[in-house]
Amino acid sequence: MKGNGFATVIHFIIKEFQQLKRDPKMLAIVLAAPVLQTIILGYAATFDVNNVDFYLLDRDKSSVSRKYVEKIINSGYFTIKGNTENYEEIENAIMNGKAVIGLIIPREFEKDIENNNGTKVQIIVDGSDGNKGSIAFGYIQAITAAYAKTILLDKIERNGIRVPLKSVNAETRIWYNPELKTRVFMVPGITALLLMIVTTLLTSLAIVKEKEFGTLEQLIVTPIKPWQMLLGKILPFTTLGLIMILLVNSVMIFWFGIPIKGSLLFFFFASLLFILSTLGIGLFISTVSRTQQQAMMVTVFGAMMPMIYLSGFVFPIENMSRIIQYVTYIIPLKYFITIIRGVILKGIGIADLWQETLILALMGALILFLAAKRFHKRLE
Amino acid sequence: MNYSIVAENLTKKFGDFTAVDSVSFKVEKGEIFGFLGANGAGKSTTIRMLCGLLEPTSGDAVVGGFSIMNEPDKVKQSIGYMSQRFSLYNDLTIEENIEFFGAVYGLKGKLLEKRKKWVLEISNLIGKERTLTGDLPGGIKQRLALGVAVIHKPKILFLDEPTSGVDPISRRNFWDLINRFSDEGTTVLVTTHYLEEAEYCNDIILINAGRLIAEGNPQRLKTEYIDGNAFEIETENPVELMDILKKAKFIIDVSIFGKKIHVITKKQFEKPDELENYCTQNEFKIDRITRIVPTLEDVFIHLLEHGSKNAQQN
Repeated sequence: MKGNGFATVIHFIIKEFQQLKRDPKMLAIVLAAPVLQTIILGYAATFDVNNVDFYLLDRDKSSVSRKYVEKIINSGYFTIKGNTENYEEIENAIMNGKAVIGLIIPREFEKDIENNNGTKVQIIVDGSDGNKGSIAFGYIQAITAAYAKTILLDKIERNGIRVPLKSVNAETRIWYNPELKTRVFMVPGITALLLMIVTTLLTSLAIVKEKEFGTLEQLIVTPIKPWQMLLGKILPFTTLGLIMILLVNSVMIFWFGIPIKGSLLFFFFASLLFILSTLGIGLFISTVSRTQQQAMMVTVFGAMMPMIYLSGFVFPIENMSRIIQYVTYIIPLKYFITIIRGVILKGIGIADLWQETLILALMGALILFLAAKRFHKRLE
Repeated sequence: MNYSIVAENLTKKFGDFTAVDSVSFKVEKGEIFGFLGANGAGKSTTIRMLCGLLEPTSGDAVVGGFSIMNEPDKVKQSIGYMSQRFSLYNDLTIEENIEFFGAVYGLKGKLLEKRKKWVLEISNLIGKERTLTGDLPGGIKQRLALGVAVIHKPKILFLDEPTSGVDPISRRNFWDLINRFSDEGTTVLVTTHYLEEAEYCNDIILINAGRLIAEGNPQRLKTEYIDGNAFEIETENPVELMDILKKAKFIIDVSIFGKKIHVITKKQFEKPDELENYCTQNEFKIDRITRIVPTLEDVFIHLLEHGSKNAQQN
């Protein structure tokens, strides 16, 4: 092998694509699955609480109590599932999951308000889904507070005080995601996730496949060098990864209407860096595994699951316990999700995200280096 | 003398297990050199060290002028290797496999075209270029693998059990090819456990339990390694006869070949009469007895039994 350097890499890449061509179904799955999954997950991965089912026990049955219930229903967050006469039914409804909230209005509700005695409503919340429960509870509290306020103002007015009362008002402006839709927050993360899954999984099989079929043995006795093989494996998958980025982000932009606010160039650059680290992880797994099955298991349980949990994709890192927070520092997906959420939603660029970008680049380089080193050893 | 391969004290350990134990041998340029031994004797491990697939635990070998320890990359350009297991891409066509491996060896343009044609010709696959390699039957796959292994016209060719699982006619064709490469000056190192194939080799070594226990050309092995005389006895009841003969003090080895029995006697027992007498004394009827030149099989059975005896003493 004299000065055959990059030509061999090209031939290796040609071979990889020839093999890919033999398996068009696989290629279709690789490209179509992420698109479909982005669409499905885009609708599925939401923490928005919109339709809270509740049961009502109105012991007062007065015009005031009806007005109060109307306010709750008209808020749009609640659906009345049952109007009952006894308390047990409410208990059962919550136990069976028919309702998340039970609302009990006491007797003399109207009278006590009229007579200035003050009154209480009882709200029972199904706390087993803590997130949904607390959001629903928050909604009801806000509605109740607003209702109490109108009652109060009404009374003041009736007592002849004409001057409008002034107190504190929070004027809230929500930036980046004004409707507070989780989808806007989640979809960029989903695209990152899918990119990671496909690139890691495919490369984790890349070398071990040759090992399993015995072709690696034939390659090792040729003058091909480890770096030529690694590049020959990485470049086709990088291309595939870039095509995936285009597809998945097109879905995000055109299907879900979430535009990339920041620089496209930086976005691609960061994606490329991220792919390098996922490819590196995949290759590393591939060099240490003996069979494809082994590689797949290690990839799924050793790499992908922890990456998903610890990346901040689902659970905010700030809420994790301190030790786990330290662990998240070694998760490339964490930095990439920070970057793409920043670029897509906030429109910020490398000036604000240089640290994450740098870490991602270093991680990619390190893991690729380790994979190459490990691979070299295997060649002996 | 001009040697293609010089192995010195090659040793490979896998943990506590010594697969190859201090094996030394020399292979002359252009000869066909056979590695014989049972499965697991260390033949493949030795060949894999020589090809640079495995790193020796100790010892060294010079292959084509380069040390496998210090310059494994330089070794690779001058060797061809065909694995025991089919190791071309099943999901590539015949043509794609040939072109890929040709390119990896640095062949291009007209030379690559020429070699491709040659490989197709020697593997008898002209007209099947577009066939998917995985669809070929076993024997034809082996031929293609051999063709690809020599696409760069290596000076030294390693064949690891190239004919295992191949039908007799394909096996014959295979050996014709091997002879052809040898005539053209290629050194061929081949492992096998078919003894009749060993007869085609210029030189052979016998490996048992990682150790070299005999070496030389087949003729020499037959005459030098057996310190005695060989006889063939025909009988109706070989199993019984074998038991009887085993008890005789003047007999070194007895082995069974169908209805025949091969006997190696101590040197001073040269005549068949003595054997016949012994059988009659034990009231056993034999049909015919002839003195023969020992076959390689006789030699190997003899050596393997002695080898194992030596191993026990150690």
